[in-house]
Amino acid sequence: MFIPHTDADRSAMLQAVGISKLEDLFRDVPEKYRFPELNLPPAQTEMEIAAELQEMSLANETVRDLICFLGAGAYNHYTPAAVDAIIQRGEFLTAYTPYQPELSQGTLQAIFEYQSNVAALTGMEVCNASHYDGATAIAEAVNMAYANFRGKRNKIILSPAVHPQYRHTVRTYTTGSTLILVGDDPNSDVKSHPDALIPIIDTDTSLVVVQYPDFFGRVYDYTKLADAAHSVGALLAISINPIALGLLKDPGSMKADIVTGEGQPLGIPLSFGGPYLGLFATRKEYVRKMAGRLVGETIDNRGQKAYVLTLTAREQHIRRDKATSNICTNQGLIALASTVYMSLLGKNGLRQVAELCYHKAHYAAECIANLPVYSLWSPTTFFNEFVIRCPAPAVEINDLLLDHDILGGYDLSQDYPTLDSHILFAVTEMNTRDQIDRLVEVLSEVNHG
Amino acid sequence: MGEPQLCDISVSGRQGIKFPSPDVPTYPLPEDFIREDLPLPELSELDVIRHYTRLSQFNYSIDTGYYPLGSCTMKYNPKINEETARYPGFAFSHPLQPVETVQGNMALMYAFQEMLKEIGGFSGITLQPAAGAHGELTGVLIINAYHRSRADSQRKKILIPDSAHGTNPATSAMSGLKVVEIKSDLRGNVDLDALKMECDDTLAGLMLTNPNTLGLFDEHVEEVIRLVHSAGGLIYGDGANLNALLGIIRPGDLGIDVMHFNLHKTFSTPHGGGGPGSGPVGVASHLVDFLPGPVVGIIEEGDDDMPPLYGFITPPKSIGRMKAFHGHFGMIVRAYTYISMHGGEGLRSIAEYAVLNANYLLSLIKSTYHLPYDRFCMHEFVVEGQWADAPDIHALDIAKRLMDYKFHPPTNYFPLIVHEALMIEPTETESKETLDAFAQALIQIADEAHQNPRLLKDAPHITPVGRLDEVKAAKELVLCCGVSSLEK
Repeated sequence: MFIPHTDADRSAMLQAVGISKLEDLFRDVPEKYRFPELNLPPAQTEMEIAAELQEMSLANETVRDLICFLGAGAYNHYTPAAVDAIIQRGEFLTAYTPYQPELSQGTLQAIFEYQSNVAALTGMEVCNASHYDGATAIAEAVNMAYANFRGKRNKIILSPAVHPQYRHTVRTYTTGSTLILVGDDPNSDVKSHPDALIPIIDTDTSLVVVQYPDFFGRVYDYTKLADAAHSVGALLAISINPIALGLLKDPGSMKADIVTGEGQPLGIPLSFGGPYLGLFATRKEYVRKMAGRLVGETIDNRGQKAYVLTLTAREQHIRRDKATSNICTNQGLIALASTVYMSLLGKNGLRQVAELCYHKAHYAAECIANLPVYSLWSPTTFFNEFVIRCPAPAVEINDLLLDHDILGGYDLSQDYPTLDSHILFAVTEMNTRDQIDRLVEVLSEVNHG
Repeated sequence: MGEPQLCDISVSGRQGIKFPSPDVPTYPLPEDFIREDLPLPELSELDVIRHYTRLSQFNYSIDTGYYPLGSCTMKYNPKINEETARYPGFAFSHPLQPVETVQGNMALMYAFQEMLKEIGGFSGITLQPAAGAHGELTGVLIINAYHRSRADSQRKKILIPDSAHGTNPATSAMSGLKVVEIKSDLRGNVDLDALKMECDDTLAGLMLTNPNTLGLFDEHVEEVIRLVHSAGGLIYGDGANLNALLGIIRPGDLGIDVMHFNLHKTFSTPHGGGGPGSGPVGVASHLVDFLPGPVVGIIEEGDDDMPPLYGFITPPKSIGRMKAFHGHFGMIVRAYTYISMHGGEGLRSIAEYAVLNANYLLSLIKSTYHLPYDRFCMHEFVVEGQWADAPDIHALDIAKRLMDYKFHPPTNYFPLIVHEALMIEPTETESKETLDAFAQALIQIADEAHQNPRLLKDAPHITPVGRLDEVKAAKELVLCCGVSSLEK
């Protein structure tokens, strides 16, 4: 199968090493623990494991079996066939991190193009080679801002409209530090305008974090918030949905200092939550403070244009305990997939997908809000997600929808006690008018208030 | 080499994929928020396919050649892994679906947790960490939480042997711990006297890579663990080198309290040019309550007719969430496929042949390349890439010259404790013929180093690009298409 040794090979090799059997290689291993019997299922052939996994996978009902209106950080978008064709090439798939640039120009140029596309999309000057996901990208933004002020500014302001799991991740990451995280009390008025955070920004604040569109789908201009942060020397980070930026103003134009985001909508399969892609871009003055890998253009000793990992002195393998982050692996292949996606769609295709999401979501929101016992929670501008106040607990509504093969929206009461009976619906280009009409029809069956 | 950048082949008006027109009424766009320009390239599908296919051909990969990169376990990545991870039932499931609708995923994750528990000798597993370094951070946060829970939070010192991976110190610093380096003794083991000096009541733990980055199994590992435990510290095991131990010894049996697994090293998920990885963490029974949440558990027991109902459970003293959702599920499907194809005995064969290949290769070259610690190695070994009678030649030159022989070089300049280190990990999937050819290339290069050093200094000669001007890259910082220099 995967071990090519014949009996003759083994004998010859053992002889060369000067031992008579494989067991002799492990004399340094304490004898009482040596060669435990592993109680694992018996080995299967490729044919058998393929069948077992096929069956397991069929025990799931997916967004292809159900009509999906669930988003909340992971979205059902169309992936062009060319994306998978490229990332399945063994030359990309089975290469290591490009430490030897002479043998890795494919990966290096692809990362360079990823950096270029993400910088263009976000309106920022530099972008790294990616973080694990949208949540950890914010955690890295927090670390970067904290280090930027040499640990002298201890306050991080998190908008309550940042994804709950992202905020949770930031809290886990910062448990060892002196940082204080404020601004996102779940019992606060989460409907308030983001400028309501301005009064708590002070000279002890290193970073303000918001999301665009926010977790509830709302679109705000954060320029005033950026000005307020900058007026006391603090930084602003905006976590984005990259599809929305096909249509909406880039966060760079709102004076963001750091832009993070979940890259999954850019052609990455849902895959039950991962692997996804943590986008991270910033302004040039922070390039040496940013964690993660970075590819730069240069020339080789034959005078040709070429690419190489650069500013590596920032990274863990050089700085060791002085590094701001321990990240080494990035999401290489997923970043490549997103680059192929962005390149295929281009400026017009991404705009087209964004507009489809926008129109379909607005059609759905309008039809639902027209039902007598449902209403739109907030009249604010939104992109492709919106919150509906329902006449019954979200769990009941979603159960009913599931009975009709519809995967309902996200139950907001899980994270926001004041949003009992509120559902966050997501609509993408994958949802047809018939599917939306079907959703509205089933929702209309609930008519008690 | 000359593959142009995307922005240089962009032609206004091209589009590689189109989408249907809206089947719903259109709504006014929010004027205040519409972006004026989106400077993404415009290309046809064929443009994109040719561009990236050509770029792929500038890469070296496991699928195209031998890749003995030390510490990276560049074994063959079976193609069936790619197929199973793409089964629609897996690939099109949403992470926030009600668990009743994704029992296939839940059963797989549960079974995978059980497999890792058995392989590592642990009582609990989290599948959340996205990579080895992320697993390390998880583990160190668990160690901190454990000490805090026992009102023992003055334990802020973490010991890291000088043969450790660079991520270990960086991780510890991120977690608010103070790093103290412990030197190695003359046989490459943790120096017990140095260790004893640091075993006091400020000790949070020790991060142990075993086999270490020299490829050596620590001969006093039980004593190291005993010393740390009796001082009240915990042992973090860096699982990067687990390929050497599968079915040979279970780290948990040895007394390792917490350890990450690298699915992308040991369990054959592809490295993808730098990710995605996956770094599940295993813990001993006293740390199970601290695992990041949620983990997969059985909510309702099954019986003969009904499978159990699986659900997500957050451990009572959980350190919290390490990322959004449930970990790199796609990589977990691949690793599950791989482990299922091996079973217990198959896993042991992996370790045995990985270690045999390393020792065989070492036996072929050790009269040519100096071996600083002359012992049986485990799955990898480190030799010096320098000779007193060829003073201008460095490990880097040997690495670059290997490319002319169509091999990927070993890891060089790591571990830091060996001068001009060449760190070689053959893996079990390589044949004797490949190892023989690689050894022959190394021996020939040693000869060239003495007879014709220019050949090494100018290498590589046959790669798409030659040696790069790294200073220029760092000084001018051209990081995006169409931007001449960030520093101007």
